This record gives sequence, structure tokens and C-alpha cells, in this order.
Amino acid sequence: MKQKMKSRVFLLGTLFFVAVAIMLIYLTYHTYGNWEFALALRGKKILGFIIVGVAISFSTITFQTVTHSHFLTPNILGIDALYLLIQTILFYSFGQVMYQLYPYKLLVFAVNVLIMVIMSTSLISFLLKKGGHNLFLLLMIGMILGSFLTSLSTFFQVLMDPNEFDKLQGALFASFSKVEVDLLAVSGLLLILGVSYLFRMSAHLDVLHLGQDHGINLGINVPVFQKKLLIVVSVLVAISTALVGPVTFLGFIVSNVTYSFMKEYQHKYLFIGSSLISLILLVGGQFMVEHVFHWNTTISVMIEFVGGIYFIWKTYQKGSQ
Amino acid sequence: MYIQNVSKTYRQKEVVQEVNLKLSEHKLTAFIGPNGAGKSTLLSMMSRLLEKDCGDIYISGNEITTFKSKELAKKLAILKQSNQIDLVLTVRELVSFGRFPYSQGRLTEEDHRLIEEALHYLGLDNLADRQINELSGGQLQRVYIAMILAQDTDYILLDEPLNNLDMSYAAQLMKVLRRLVDEKGKTVVIVLHDINFASSYADEIVAMKAGQVVYHDITEQVIQKPVLDELYEMNIQVCELAGKRFCLYFNE
Ligand SMILES: Nc1ncnc2c1ncn2[C@@H]1O[C@H](COP(=O)(O)OP(=O)(O)O)[C@@H](O)[C@H]1O
Ligand SMILES: [Mg+2]
Repeated sequence: MKQKMKSRVFLLGTLFFVAVAIMLIYLTYHTYGNWEFALALRGKKILGFIIVGVAISFSTITFQTVTHSHFLTPNILGIDALYLLIQTILFYSFGQVMYQLYPYKLLVFAVNVLIMVIMSTSLISFLLKKGGHNLFLLLMIGMILGSFLTSLSTFFQVLMDPNEFDKLQGALFASFSKVEVDLLAVSGLLLILGVSYLFRMSAHLDVLHLGQDHGINLGINVPVFQKKLLIVVSVLVAISTALVGPVTFLGFIVSNVTYSFMKEYQHKYLFIGSSLISLILLVGGQFMVEHVFHWNTTISVMIEFVGGIYFIWKTYQKGSQ
Repeated sequence: MYIQNVSKTYRQKEVVQEVNLKLSEHKLTAFIGPNGAGKSTLLSMMSRLLEKDCGDIYISGNEITTFKSKELAKKLAILKQSNQIDLVLTVRELVSFGRFPYSQGRLTEEDHRLIEEALHYLGLDNLADRQINELSGGQLQRVYIAMILAQDTDYILLDEPLNNLDMSYAAQLMKVLRRLVDEKGKTVVIVLHDINFASSYADEIVAMKAGQVVYHDITEQVIQKPVLDELYEMNIQVCELAGKRFCLYFNE
């Protein structure tokens, strides 16, 4: 027991050290003598990375425990498809005015998050009640709804003026390089609320991992708990999506790297570890984008690329077991 | 424990039909009957793993659905037939989950004591630090039972726990359950497919067939040729050896 605790502390300590080191390097490398400017700019980006990384890590790990699958990520609930549609409709009806003025920006963010949370919460509540707590029915409907919403967005996009469409594309693509700085405070606050709930529930999540029947036997009201968890997960995904746009594979990479790296079942350690790992990946990736690829690629493209390969490899591994 | 008019229907098929049953406290009761009789379904409803369509189930005077989940978990424990998990866990860590209803993950001295006691009861002292994915099916089964023991509940429900166990561990487990009843006053309800184990260790037997309870009596009254022949629809020899009844059922 003591041995295990020691190795945990060592692992998390190492991750923490690496994360801090990477952040320091990112903040101070090649500032062209313009310290203050670089620090302010990069510091804000790092805040964005922290919020997105932590939100994605907590939500993906929780979601995978609820669904008992290391391959699913909360995207399957259709939240990012909903985000695409909201953005498209806003753009279609109001043009890009919304994106320029600060108070509007905050408003749009609030509306985005609110709609995403309300929609997914009612979907989850409704389906879990109707379907007799059938989680997989929920996931399937989420997936179908997701493709439906995407098609609907495409429909509106086709109707658009090509110039407008071009601008919309720019706004939609996950863009870590232009994290919405004005929104950091609001999303930070929401993040802390969601994350502290999940962290407090980490022992309950450990039990849920044993399966539904063991969960009930050990005194967890599984259907109610699942519902609460899915709602918090959708809030976290909504925050991250509204902040940088949809990132499909980040959660998958981070959670699976965490499982194989940490060999751990306790959620409190998984949460901390995966948050640090996602921070290392994001800041390290951004560093590469800026200083190795000289902005010739974006971090979201890198994430999709690496994540896609990793996903295929994991699937192959699972298949050949 | 009282069961009143409990039914369950799957797609128009009534798999448990208006069962009424009063299980004796501080006794070991075995459920027997052919496959598909509804034993597992009834046990799942008794332990709120499965919602019943109608009827009431009372323990210590209260209907089970009126309990808070956490409170019921301190009174009643259930182990189902099949259990697979794919986690990086040691034996001791899995058994520790049994203390969750009391400690919510923060183990006290008392919790540790009960965990070690449960490990010892199931002969798992030497395996305590092994990873569960290295265990055989029978060993894992004992670990789960140790977890249920660590839960320290008045009522213990087990669905065919002897599957996967070799004869020696099966007999040992039955003795452990006997001791829990005799020394600690627990109420144990167990589904057994080998009637000889029921005959040797149970105080009372409930025989189920086609969703109904066909007999409920003390063991000697149920382990009788006419009763068993009718229950299993085959020719079963009942003989007595060293004061105990045994059933022979392989040779027609
Ligand atoms: N989830 C389910 N859906 C449909 N039928 C079921 C389900 N679970 C059990 N049954 C049916 O209910 C009957 C009783 O099953 P069960 O309680 O497992 O019997 P036993 O444990 O006595 O062998 C069987 O006919 C089985 O096929
Ligand atoms: Mg059964």
C-alpha cells in the first residue's frame, strides 16, 4: 500500500514538474526582447490551455467510466455538432457583428453554453427516463442527433454568401492560437464548479467502475448518479467547445495515455494525472506549432492527426487481443 | 424478510409470478429449481438491482424502495452470477470496496480490520497483494465473496456463488456461510444448482419452478424423492449417508 502511494506521488510529481517546465519554456522561449508582450499573450493562451485541458480530461475520464468504454468520448452526445449549428445559425442570421464587440461575445458565449447544456441535459434526462436507464440507447440517439445537426449546419452553410462562409469557417475551426481571452474568467468559474463536483465524487466513480450491479449493491443510486455525471460532463464539454471549438480526439488521446501510463483505478489520481498530461500535450504541441512548424500547421490539425493514428492503433491492439 | 405478491414480466412472459414468501431471519435459506425458474430474477428484485413490476419486499419492517441507497447497502449485500471487470486492482483493493457504504472511500482502522478479516475468512491472505487480472475464476469468485463479507450486512444474498469453485472451496465457502449464520446471526439467502450442497448446509429450502414458489420448508421436508422428482421432472434417488441426505441424479 505504502509502496503504491510512493509511486503515485512520484508519477504525479514528475508529470507536474514536466508540465511546469514546458509552460516556462513556452513562456520564455524566443521573446525577441519583447518580454512583457510575449508573456501577456502567451500567458493568456496558457490559461486557455489549462481550462480546455482540465475540462476535456475530467469529462472524458468520467464519461468513459460511466459508459465502461475507453473508446467513447463525450462528443458522442452530439454537443459539438450542436455548437456548430448554433454558430452557423447565429452567423447566418446576424453576420459577423457578433464576433467583434466584446459584450456580444460574452453574450454569445453565454448563449452557446446555455443552449448546449439545456439541450444535452434534457436529452439525457428524457432518454434515461424513457429508455429505462438504457445508456446505450442514449448514446445511439446522441450519435444520430449529432449527424442530423451537422447536416443541418451544412444546409445553412450552403445557403450562405461565400464570403460569410469563409469567415464562419475561420470562427468554427478549433483554434487554440486565438483562445477567446475575454471568456477565460467565465469559463474558469464554470470549470471550477464542474471539476470540484467530479473530484468530490471520485470515490463514487471508483465504485461505478465496478459496474452497475456492484454500484447499487454498495449504495450508489446509479441512475441518478449517472444522470448528474452526464450533465456535468456536458457542461465541461460545452465550456471547452465554446472556448476553442470542437476537438475530437484530444479526450481520447489524453485518457488512454493516462490509463496506460498510470496503471491506476482511483479517479482522483486519474483526474490529476490526465489534466497534467493534457497540459503537457497542448502546450508542447503549441510550442512545436509556433517554433518548429512556424505556424504552418495548427495544433488542432496535429491533434486530429496524431489522435486518429492513435485511435486506429488502439482499435487494432484491442482487436488482436 | 417478507416478499408480497412480487411479479416480473419480460415481453409478456411472466418470469416471476405473484410470489409470496417469508424468509426466516438468522437462517441459511437455499433457492433451488431448474434453469429459468426465476431464481436470479427474484433475487435481483429482493436486492433492488432490478425493479419489480408489482408487489412489496420488506426487510426489518420497511419496504426496500423506501430505504436510502446508502442505508440499504449497510443492511443487505448481493453478489450476482457473473462478474467481470477490467481494472488494475489488487485483491485487497477490491475487497476494500465492501467498506464503501461506511467510509465513502476513506478507510478507517475498523475498515482495515474488517477487510483483513474477510480476506482471512476466504483464505485469501496469500493473494491479498496480487492483481485481480492474474487470478483464476474461482479465486476471483472468492475475492468477490470477501468483498460482500467486508460489507458486513445482516442480509447476504448470493446467486450461484459456487460456480467456478472446486469442491474443496465450495465446501469451505458453505462452511463460512454456516458460521456467519450460526456465530454472527446473519441471514443468508443463496441460489444453489447442486441440491446436495443445499441438502447438507441449508436450514430451509425454497424450490422454484416456472416463476412460482412450489415449496418452502425446512431442508428435510424438501429433500424428498417425490418433491424433487416433480420439481426437476426426472428420476432422482435420495439416499441417506452418515445422517445426511444425498441425491443421485445422473443415472436414469
Ligand atoms: N433481461 C431479460 N430479458 C428477457 N428475459 C429474461 C431476462 N432475464 C431473465 N429472463 C428470462 O427470465 C426467466 C428466468 O430467468 P432467471 O431468473 O435467470 O432464472 P434462474 O436464475 O432460475 O435460472 C428465463 O426464462 C429467462 O430467459
Ligand atoms: Mg440464475
